[in-house]
Amino acid sequence: MKRREFIEKTAAGSALLSLGLSLSSFETVKTQQLTILHTNDVHSYIDPFPADHPRNANMGGVARRASLIEKIREENPNVLLLDAGDIFQGTPYFNYYGGELEFKLMSMMKYDVATIGNHDFDNGLQGLYAQLPHASFDFVSANYDFKNTVMDGHVKPYKIFNKNGIKVGVFGLGVELQGLVDKKMYGETVYNDPVETTQDMVRILKQEQKCDLVICLSHIGYNYRNEPEKICDLKLATLTKDIDMILGGHTHTFLDKPTVVKNLDGKDVLVNQVGCYGINLGRIDVFFDSDKNKIHDGRSIVV
Amino acid sequence: MVNLKKYNDVFKLFVIFLTLLIVVSCGKQNYNITKIEGKRIPITEKENQVAQIENFIKPYREHINNDLDSILAYCPTTLDKSGQWQSTIGNLMADVSLMRGNLVFETREKKKIDICLLNSGGIRSILPKGNITARNAFEIMPFENSMVVIALKGEQINEMVDFLITDKKSHPLSGITFTIDKSNKSKNVLVQGKPIQKETIYYVGTNDYLSDGGDNMNFFKKGIQKFDLDYKLRNILIDYFKQVDTIPVIKDIRITVE
Repeated sequence: MKRREFIEKTAAGSALLSLGLSLSSFETVKTQQLTILHTNDVHSYIDPFPADHPRNANMGGVARRASLIEKIREENPNVLLLDAGDIFQGTPYFNYYGGELEFKLMSMMKYDVATIGNHDFDNGLQGLYAQLPHASFDFVSANYDFKNTVMDGHVKPYKIFNKNGIKVGVFGLGVELQGLVDKKMYGETVYNDPVETTQDMVRILKQEQKCDLVICLSHIGYNYRNEPEKICDLKLATLTKDIDMILGGHTHTFLDKPTVVKNLDGKDVLVNQVGCYGINLGRIDVFFDSDKNKIHDGRSIVV
Repeated sequence: MVNLKKYNDVFKLFVIFLTLLIVVSCGKQNYNITKIEGKRIPITEKENQVAQIENFIKPYREHINNDLDSILAYCPTTLDKSGQWQSTIGNLMADVSLMRGNLVFETREKKKIDICLLNSGGIRSILPKGNITARNAFEIMPFENSMVVIALKGEQINEMVDFLITDKKSHPLSGITFTIDKSNKSKNVLVQGKPIQKETIYYVGTNDYLSDGGDNMNFFKKGIQKFDLDYKLRNILIDYFKQVDTIPVIKDIRITVE
């Protein structure tokens, strides 16, 4: 009996002790690092460019990208891997297999989410729908309404990730289809205004869901020098608030480093795009702390 | 034992208290962004390859390469885009598109394509001397353009002729011949060997891009009727390569300059 009593008391005591310890840990400041990796406009480029290519000799290649991603995951397992659309079209891999291999490889690399680019409609809505079973990742697009198409229910406006306690909201945006994609291909897909859609999204993700980080995964294009009225990532950043970063595609823009733009509230937004054809991988490291006593208006974006 | 029981009750209460405390204070731990760092990492040959990925791609790559590199025809001399008003590769593309497009158009519509006009800019490569494979068709026509037929009145055919005279590019052209006179005007316009009639409807084969007015070919937008053949220009070429043994070198004069 004495022995049993002792064990019970000790067990209870150690439970208390561990709870006490974990309680005290809430008082200390926690710091976290989230690594966001992103690609855009890979366009079915699975093999590296040949050695005699005039512009991109020996660049790219999925097997190499996978190795780079693996290395980064070993360094910091808290990774979010994103693609900003135009996964399809550009090499015979797409003509022969319709995107099957692209989706399978992205699943093997553990992509978390992708948005839909204009070329992802190149085999029609049916062609995109047919390849969905090969993708273990999700698709987000907040301004394409697929309600009256076969894609209905297969594309979410946004997705929320819990990365080691950090709440990350990712929403997708697509480019205007009319005049760019044959109507036969996009069918009854409805394109909605990216700015209005973004206002809805940040209200949900920032105010209602209280995400710690809001990412816009965009295929609307970085900037249109000859069409200043056309909505693009740079304009979207300045016209909205509560987006932390826009990771984009469509214009095949090779930025040496991400751009920093002031939003409606005068806060910094990071805008990035890494060219095309899987030549580059974008890497954004976000550092967080949980100190409630500090006021964090002065976060720094280092590019 | 009695003591222990009491102790357990207190302990249970304390656990409940702690749980509540955790829920209240830590239900949503707020994280603030302190710093964001961004950079671009080029993917170069210095990077290792993940063997599992490489092995997964291999059978797909081999199947495509076998298919793309199997010999379909022979080309006796290199065909390219050189030439002021027409080119050997342009003549081939326009003639072949008219001929193979007609296989679909005649079956579906019981009508014949009279003219074929494509764009010089749409030909992205040469057809080199030697063995010809499907890969050559992919290089010449990397785009997914399909053939369409537009019904145009003779009047619009004349606009097309005027466009060709001012555009001065060796656009692939078939089914029509004309002469540019000394004042840079057209004369002797013949469609399928017959003089053009203003009110007659002609069926002009082109690609979907040009039919929407691409490359400033605005006359196509005045069409009375449009037929999608659902036949990619690249597949037209591949099917033609399979159909023949030797590629012809076509040099007959379509546009004569006085």
